[in-house]
Amino acid sequence: MTSYAVETRELCRTFTSKEKRGEPKKVVNALENANLTVKPGELFGVLGPNGAGKTTLIKILSTLLLPTKGEAFVHGHSVKTESHKIRYHINMVCGGESSGYGLLTVRENLWMFSQFYGIPSKLAKGRIDELLGVMNLQDKGDAKVRTLSTGMRQKMNMVRGFMTDPAIIFLDEPTLGLDVTTSRQIRLFVKEWVKAETDRTVLLTTHYMMEADELCDRIAIIDKGTVLACDTPENLKRRVKRESVLRIEVTGMGDAKPVSGIKGIHAFNAITDPAKGVTTISLILDEESAISDILSAITKGGGRIQAMQKTDPTLEDVFITLVGRGLENDNDNQP
Amino acid sequence: MAMRNLWRTFKNSAWLGWQMESNWADPYLFAIYSIVKPIAGTLILVFMYIFLSYAGGGGPTNPSLFGYMYLGNALFMYVAQVLFGVTWVIHDDREHYQTLKYIYISPANFYVYILGRSVSKIAVTTIGVIVTIIFGVTALGIQMPLSNISWPLMLLGMSIGLACIIAFGLALAGVSFLTARHAGGMNEGIAGIFYLFCGAIFPITVLPSWSWPLASVLPITYWLYVMRVAFFGLGSGVASYDAMLAGYDIMQGLLILTVSTLIFIALSFVIFRFGDYMARKKGLIDMTTGY
Ligand SMILES: Nc1ncnc2c1ncn2[C@@H]1O[C@H](COP(=O)(O)OP(=O)(O)O)[C@@H](O)[C@H]1O
Ligand SMILES: [Mg+2]
Repeated sequence: MTSYAVETRELCRTFTSKEKRGEPKKVVNALENANLTVKPGELFGVLGPNGAGKTTLIKILSTLLLPTKGEAFVHGHSVKTESHKIRYHINMVCGGESSGYGLLTVRENLWMFSQFYGIPSKLAKGRIDELLGVMNLQDKGDAKVRTLSTGMRQKMNMVRGFMTDPAIIFLDEPTLGLDVTTSRQIRLFVKEWVKAETDRTVLLTTHYMMEADELCDRIAIIDKGTVLACDTPENLKRRVKRESVLRIEVTGMGDAKPVSGIKGIHAFNAITDPAKGVTTISLILDEESAISDILSAITKGGGRIQAMQKTDPTLEDVFITLVGRGLENDNDNQP
Repeated sequence: MAMRNLWRTFKNSAWLGWQMESNWADPYLFAIYSIVKPIAGTLILVFMYIFLSYAGGGGPTNPSLFGYMYLGNALFMYVAQVLFGVTWVIHDDREHYQTLKYIYISPANFYVYILGRSVSKIAVTTIGVIVTIIFGVTALGIQMPLSNISWPLMLLGMSIGLACIIAFGLALAGVSFLTARHAGGMNEGIAGIFYLFCGAIFPITVLPSWSWPLASVLPITYWLYVMRVAFFGLGSGVASYDAMLAGYDIMQGLLILTVSTLIFIALSFVIFRFGDYMARKKGLIDMTTGY
């Protein structure tokens, strides 16, 4: 027994992809020696790019997937040997999918799931109505699930996850692919839910650093299956010195790569907004003296500097410092 | 408490299954589906009967053979529906509705969930079976006077037989965890073996003799025999049509059916748990194949 809501010890998971013609078997380390602890009452974030191992972690913790090596405990129980004990205390919502029985109504769907948790019918109905209200979905209660938009289905699934009042809820990229308003609604709800009672625990994954920053008490930064850092957002950002973060907005520059090779740069990231034709170059410097070399490299490359400033470090900068590349893809700039 | 939860899961999944079976389009379509489809199935049978009876040399006037085939075919709907249905539940919940993982991580017992879904499948199939039998008696002239039916034997045999079929289904569900949608073949193959070798429509003695031992270890063989006796009476033309089973007394048939059903129930637990474990190990509980 541990007093943690979630604890992983040297947790490993590998996947072996099937042999395809011409291609040899590949072993992917989705998770490598992950050591994490989440305290009851925490809103804990796992931040990492696509393929980092976030979903794999959630699957193991929610008893869908067995670890290859190591151990994980949820609510004090081993995911390997006591999954049936864990299941009373958890629930899970995954973003970016549209699960649900299309031919049932929203209420029927939710009610049915509540029955799998043995929640008395009346209590379940009350909670469903309340949560549908919170999610602004009350007038869709009697609509068939197949008529709902992706965003509405996602909100229905949030109701499904929270209506069982789990001690620990796992949210895998809960705002993935949702519009700004719906995302904000969901974030706000999660934040309030965890605060409303002591010992409610949320473990959420995201690749939106703003989301992690805004929501989480503590964040684990993960890349290629490895936990690189785990701390409060403030402490993580404190690791990067304020003086060293430089952001330059450039137009007319096709390729910002040449800049990255300059001596004195610790980490480099460039994101181009094709609509505006603006490239934002984020730099973390080891030496201030690199600035003049950087500026001349940009002018030589045909770029025109629109703005340049030293800024407070963001989690993105923390990630860049740790990994040497950016967290988000160029075409994936959702707030 | 634990029993109550199991019962609740069972009720809930049977309810879901019923919704899925009956609610997918509209009630009219459902009615047509449950009447026309089984009757269409019997027409194929009529052709087979004509073929078989000519092959047997007797010409198409053999009421015992026709009754034998007709009832066997009608009851076989249970086997086919459950075997296909159970795999369909796993694959559709997993890939189409994407609900399987959420049911899986709930405290509900997954074995009982599949059991509930199978039972609603049985309920829907019963409509088809009854329609088929009524059609046979009224339109095709099958001699099955109500007064000849042994109701206690019928209910007993039916209960044990359906339990056996469901046990098969649950074992297959365990295997279905590990197979992809449209990976194909397995269930059709197994249902085909039962159809061919258990005397569903072909009397066992018509088949090559190497297949007889197979027939004698498959419980469906005895189930169909017991049901024929229950519907037509012991020693009736239909019940004794198959020389292989004609000698069995009914208690013996029931006993073999019961014992093999118990064996298959135990087996279904083992296979289901193994499939469950392997699926969790390989990460297949939420597999999508995206074909
Ligand atoms: N079932 C699987 N088979 C093979 N490889 C997998 C499987 N699931 C995940 N992976 C691989 O494991 C790594 C981590 O994946 P995942 O946990 O889904 O990352 P994330 O959720 O952070 O995007 C990726 O490289 C992915 O390709
Ligand atoms: Mg993921």
